[in-house]
Amino acid sequence: MLTLLFDGIAYGMLLFILAVGLAVTLGLMNFINLAHGAFAMAGGYVTVLLMNRADVPFVACLVIAFFVTALVGAVLERTLYRPMYARPHLDQVLFSIGLVFIAVTAVDYFVGSMQQNIRLPEWLQGRLPIEAVGIGKYRLFIVVVCALLTVLLQWVLSRTRFGSRLRAAVDDPRTAAGLGLDVDRIFLATFAVGSGLAGLGGALGAEVLGLDPTFPLKFMIYFLIVVSVGGTTTITGPLLAALLLGIADVAGKYYIPKLGAFIVYTLMIAILLWRPQGLFARTATR
Amino acid sequence: MTATTAAASAVPPAGPSPAAESLARRARWRWWELALFAALPLVWLLVPGQSLLVNEIAIVALFAVSLDLILGYAGIVSLGHAAFFGFGAYAAALFAKDVLPDPLIGLAVAIAASAALGLATSVLILRGTDLTRLMVTLGVASILYELANKLDWLTGGADGLQGVVMGPLTIPFTSLPGFAFDLAGRTACAYSLVVLALALLACRRIVRSPFGASLEALRDNRLRASSIGVAVSLRLVAVYTLSAAIAGAAGGLLAQTTGFASLDVFDFHRSAEVLLVLVVGGTGYLYGGIFGAIVFKLLHDLVSAWTPQYWNFWLGLFLVVLVMVGRDRFVRPWTWARRRRAA
Amino acid sequence: MTPVLETRALVKRFGALAATDDVSLAIERGARHALIGPNGAGKTTLINLLTGVLEPTSGTIRLDGRDITTLAPHLRVRRGVVRTFQITQLFRTMTPLSSLALAVSVRRGTSARWWQPLGADRELAPRCETLLERFRLAEVMDQPVHSLAYGKRRLLEIAMALACAPRVLLLDEPVAGVPEGERQEIFETISALPADVSIVLIEHDMDLVFNFARTVTVLVNGAVFAEGDVETIAHDPRVKAVYLGEQAHG
Repeated sequence: MLTLLFDGIAYGMLLFILAVGLAVTLGLMNFINLAHGAFAMAGGYVTVLLMNRADVPFVACLVIAFFVTALVGAVLERTLYRPMYARPHLDQVLFSIGLVFIAVTAVDYFVGSMQQNIRLPEWLQGRLPIEAVGIGKYRLFIVVVCALLTVLLQWVLSRTRFGSRLRAAVDDPRTAAGLGLDVDRIFLATFAVGSGLAGLGGALGAEVLGLDPTFPLKFMIYFLIVVSVGGTTTITGPLLAALLLGIADVAGKYYIPKLGAFIVYTLMIAILLWRPQGLFARTATR
Repeated sequence: MTATTAAASAVPPAGPSPAAESLARRARWRWWELALFAALPLVWLLVPGQSLLVNEIAIVALFAVSLDLILGYAGIVSLGHAAFFGFGAYAAALFAKDVLPDPLIGLAVAIAASAALGLATSVLILRGTDLTRLMVTLGVASILYELANKLDWLTGGADGLQGVVMGPLTIPFTSLPGFAFDLAGRTACAYSLVVLALALLACRRIVRSPFGASLEALRDNRLRASSIGVAVSLRLVAVYTLSAAIAGAAGGLLAQTTGFASLDVFDFHRSAEVLLVLVVGGTGYLYGGIFGAIVFKLLHDLVSAWTPQYWNFWLGLFLVVLVMVGRDRFVRPWTWARRRRAA
Repeated sequence: MTPVLETRALVKRFGALAATDDVSLAIERGARHALIGPNGAGKTTLINLLTGVLEPTSGTIRLDGRDITTLAPHLRVRRGVVRTFQITQLFRTMTPLSSLALAVSVRRGTSARWWQPLGADRELAPRCETLLERFRLAEVMDQPVHSLAYGKRRLLEIAMALACAPRVLLLDEPVAGVPEGERQEIFETISALPADVSIVLIEHDMDLVFNFARTVTVLVNGAVFAEGDVETIAHDPRVKAVYLGEQAHG
């Protein structure tokens, strides 16, 4: 039972790191980016390719995955996404679906459609016997990395100048611009970091979630659940939503495997029915 | 009620007033509408060799028209409209297999089932933001997909429901002779075209009515609509249920004319494709579904013949370009080089 | 006589902020009542509470003596409580004619009809025409709303409210942003409304307020600061101080 809980927490934290970029993008630019999962996939494939073909050590791959995906995100933001911010949500949805299809088929074409495997380094394999409950070393690694990242994110948001500029821009972009904040640069930086985090999450999660070209489509709904249930005005909202989702999914699949993801979808619908603005959102102004 | 001062004009104008004229014009048949309806039977008559293709197009068109009702007229962005399409398909297939293989009764069952599902889920789209609505519609379609997958004793699971053999197309409870479904698909094609035409006629009446005007008001400004007394929630429930019913009809037609129902009727791809079809054809004027379906199907067959594996790539590219250029400019290629006018 | 619209101890809190603070207001039948106060005083919030867009934290609202505190917004409209918006809220892809036709059709109870075209109701067109002419919208009646000039939009904003045949009309800054010359026009139209329609007006232009209103309520920080007939309020030194004080800071 405790193992289940721990696995759920690991899964949840992973989902959080994967989805936090999406939450901030939605809250900041009011842009529904269904292609967010493609960045995660990119990070995963970068890691796999570097490890399997170039023998780059695992942790180094994680770092590289972050920066490569962040760079790709920055380029795409500047060229493709920026003109889309003012467009109606329908257009954004269609646009990002188009990007997902392109990404998915491109990966299929270049790398093939088989699931990719990662050989974890020695020190991350196996289990730690703690309190007679086996805790997978890799999952523990995930939890630690994600927790550190979460703390770092929270610190950046609340203690740095960039963080307060970001929060101002989320609250009211026009006023922020009027105050002289370079909203464009904030968007670019945020999008890049959000994509980078997704890439990192994809790299971390390749072993746990499975990596193949359909990854963005399979997990898109999970990211969206985290964001819509958790709301886009805080960091803790999506975090709690992701943990809830992770635990519910792991527990559901274990106890009632026949129903699978059914539980998660029903839970999401129930929550959104009860609180349409998300479980943790402050009263929305949009 | 209005104690206006004496009428402005001394002599009332002869004949209908400008306002009455304008309102009447709103409901009148345009020439191209008549041409379109005339084209439906003509296509069936003139291109018998392509009956299967025409049948597919008619079904996609019907599905897209149903989406237009909620997207183009009521402003609800749904990523899960395939839920109703698929529900109708499985309802029709199961009915034909386990109860009665009569097409018309089966279609009625599919419509009723989807309408019930639409009514039940309509409560989900009433509140919340665009994102919330996207999520719940996506969620409902995903749930149905999972259910169809897991309840394999009923639905055939991943293999789908096969061997749905339809009886001849007759008018039930009469002894009039019927039309058997032939291999060339001529009966099926005629069947789908008739259903499409009837649905279009009904929808046309609805959107030209006061109810239809209230839907447009809902789409444009929900707050103002309720501030002039429109019961917003009730209208949304009504149009959502109607849209679900028509989508269910399209799904039922698919199951009946192709003889099987599989999981992909609930798939995300189907919801995304119908959205694209409608956007290509144009939302909000009711016939966009038809034009979009024609363009889409023809493009699909063309591209698939050339590169069957990577149709999705070209689909994705098409979507991105379409959205970036903007649909209105897209259909006018000479405007592509010009800068976008500020909206 | 029962006031046609009244509130008792109406309160609306957003967290710790009381946007509406214990407001008890009584609008008499046929009133020409102005609601004034500095920015942020809670005037629009009060209108939102009266129309049901916002739910009060506590207190009651009565229409003709009957409690409507929990009545849905669209039902209040059908009972005759109609408002206009400070920022025009129109149906951008519809035309003035179809917007008014819809409002009139709702009033007549025919807006749910789905089997007949919008023009089938013979009473619709004449009623729309009266409104179009009175608000000088006849020439633009078939143009999509998003292409209308601002002045025309504000006229349509009010015309739509009148199409609902209101018994109580709540006007939220009806001439905001309208150039000087056109303001008089709009106000004349409002003044020409039947005497039994009760009008509550939020307005900043004091000339218009004192020309139009017979009674005034002054709201400050969500609470009723002063109330009375227009002469008394015009000369009340405290009211002047509240406005002048604001200007000294602003």
